[in-house]
Amino acid sequence: MSKKQDKNNTGCNGVSAAKRRTLKALGAGLAAASSPLWFPRAYAASEPIKIGAQLHRTGIGASYGRWYERTAAAAVKLINEQGGINGRPVELIVEDDGTDPKRGTEVLEKFATQHKVDVAYGTLFSHVVIGSSPRAGELKLPYVVCSEGHHVASGQLNRYVFQPGITDVRSQVISMAPWISSNLGKKVTMIFPDFAFGHDHRDYFSQAIADQGGEVLELIAVPPTETSFTRYFPRIPRDTEVLYHVMVGPGVLTFVKEMGQHFGKKRPEIFGFIDSLEAVDLATPQLEFLEGTYFWEGSPRYAQSNQTEFDKQYRAAVGVDDSGASIADPKDISTYSHMFSCWESLFIIKEAMELAGYRSAADKTAFIEAMESLQKFDQGLAHPQGNKIFNPKLHQSFGHQHISKVGSGGVLEVVHKTSIEDGIYDSDVDYTKMAL
Amino acid sequence: MSNGLKSAVLHTAVVVGFLLLQYVLPEYHLLSVTRIMLLAVFAMGFNLLFGYTGLLSLGHAMFFSAGMYGAGLSVYHLGWSVPTAFIFGILCGALLGFLIGLIALRTTGVAFMIVTLMFAKVTYLVIVYFTQYTRGDEGLVMPAESRSFDLFGMHFSLTDSVTRYNLALGLLALTMFIVFLLVRGRFGRSLIAIRENESRTKMLGYNTFFIKLKALTVSAALSALSGSAYALMFAYIGSSFANIQYSIDPLLYSLLGGAGTILGPVFGTFTMFYLIDIASEYTSAYLLVTGIVLVILVLYFPRGVFGAIRQNFCRWLP
Repeated sequence: MSKKQDKNNTGCNGVSAAKRRTLKALGAGLAAASSPLWFPRAYAASEPIKIGAQLHRTGIGASYGRWYERTAAAAVKLINEQGGINGRPVELIVEDDGTDPKRGTEVLEKFATQHKVDVAYGTLFSHVVIGSSPRAGELKLPYVVCSEGHHVASGQLNRYVFQPGITDVRSQVISMAPWISSNLGKKVTMIFPDFAFGHDHRDYFSQAIADQGGEVLELIAVPPTETSFTRYFPRIPRDTEVLYHVMVGPGVLTFVKEMGQHFGKKRPEIFGFIDSLEAVDLATPQLEFLEGTYFWEGSPRYAQSNQTEFDKQYRAAVGVDDSGASIADPKDISTYSHMFSCWESLFIIKEAMELAGYRSAADKTAFIEAMESLQKFDQGLAHPQGNKIFNPKLHQSFGHQHISKVGSGGVLEVVHKTSIEDGIYDSDVDYTKMAL
Repeated sequence: MSNGLKSAVLHTAVVVGFLLLQYVLPEYHLLSVTRIMLLAVFAMGFNLLFGYTGLLSLGHAMFFSAGMYGAGLSVYHLGWSVPTAFIFGILCGALLGFLIGLIALRTTGVAFMIVTLMFAKVTYLVIVYFTQYTRGDEGLVMPAESRSFDLFGMHFSLTDSVTRYNLALGLLALTMFIVFLLVRGRFGRSLIAIRENESRTKMLGYNTFFIKLKALTVSAALSALSGSAYALMFAYIGSSFANIQYSIDPLLYSLLGGAGTILGPVFGTFTMFYLIDIASEYTSAYLLVTGIVLVILVLYFPRGVFGAIRQNFCRWLP
């Protein structure tokens, strides 16, 4: 091409045809690079499966919500890399519920009527789940929660609500009683917050330890507004062998510090739930007293010596290091014990949708029935926490629990893993009999 | 046209506007406006005490939750019908308002704010303490049989969004009518007199304690009406509704829309609801956005939107 021709091909803005081609190619390259990597071309044109994530971005559950969102995003990325659901990409639509049941209900309504999601999912705090569930049922919106509360399995909700990704608290409590009774002691004193969460522990653990031939010597209920706990410790009987605590909320650091001051070096065995110290570095100076005590963990925060390949891959995908902190910021501690439920629930949704041949909202009934046809989940990348049994009548999964001992520097080492059977309980609840 | 007639026409037009809105609103907004109307009833009840009487309560969540728990618990534990439970919820709020008033109205100003705040905290803790009945922080889901009822030969399904919308509209119109009658009558003028100068009102021979007690009881009853309807329409009761946040909300709605006006709290509730809803789509700091809006409002419209309209254009606005 002559220089003249080349000049003739110059546009009014002075850019030559060759340059335009180069720019076009560059633009296309940039567009491809900037598009989500998990959006394979094969289904780029197909309508996505919309999953509404009702998460605690603000409010008391924000530290959980932050990690739940990261976990959910990582799971969606992987699902899309694997081809999506029924050949369609998955789109995660996140809305903040403010850890408030009123706002939570509004968010569910928004999902159902504005975003037109296929499934709502993700919620942790019990009061948000319980407050939102009636509307999920009335809007006929499948609602897969990651709460660990007993409210789903208790039968008080409805057929549209499932908790397949994490064991409920009743099962967690009773599965650990045999080990506590055999290894820590049979005379237990319980300190718990004086509201529903604490009362569940009080009722279910008291029965479970009695079934093991143990007894609860004293029940110490602490009002939720309490900021100092020193006046409660003298109520702990001298012959207490195990102190069982489930304190939650902002006062928990004070609770641990004052407990240390009360007991000094001579203390009973101490067993607690990690819930209150999720997203908290156990190496925090105020928590030194916890060394040598035990905690329940759903999924062990620290990578253990027998870590599975699936746990390694899951940590890498979510961005968590071997000590349970963010890879990007070691001070940002994850809610590792619980957040696997977000990951696993999404893979369960995928499994049920594929089983139902889910295509559109018209298939929601088939999706619910497919969820209710699931029986078990094998350990794998989709279920890194471990295998689980799913009870379709209760809409609830049952899995393994971990008891970990706090070592030097706050490192948690698993000393016992319960069997699934340890946590199974009888129930008359049957959601499958409810109308859809 | 007299001022009274102008006011009546305007308020009727607002109710008709809400009535017509349901034919054009998409479903999500139909659901949202239903909530807004119920919360506006709460705000109007609050405003009767705050805007017209000059008493700033920081504990109105206790009246809202008295209605909510009065209705909800009677349905859940006693199996009462929806209309009976609804009226019982209102009575619970009115009774609580009367009893609290007997004590709290012995104080004024900041002390009144602190006393009402304290009683609200007590109400919250009572709900949490009696977990075996209330399920405390977790709350209770209303049973399926309470999701519909028959009244005057008609069947109402509370799962139907249009039915709920119209019931909420009916309650909004009723509250507006009650407040309209109250504030435009002798009672309303005595409330304003107390707000402007209680000592002078007392000197003129009015029993200001009794008038304030009456205002607080009506205000509590309207707040309880809102709570009672909220529990029955959305099938959930929980202690979080007794939190301080739910005492502050009607204050913000009234300040935004215009304290001491009937339509102000309705406008404030509507605006605040959508401000939060829209801002939360873009940022998790949505409360900061609403805070900034409120600061701007206080700086430039200290009487709220309808307060400014009344001051500058329509002095006849009640």
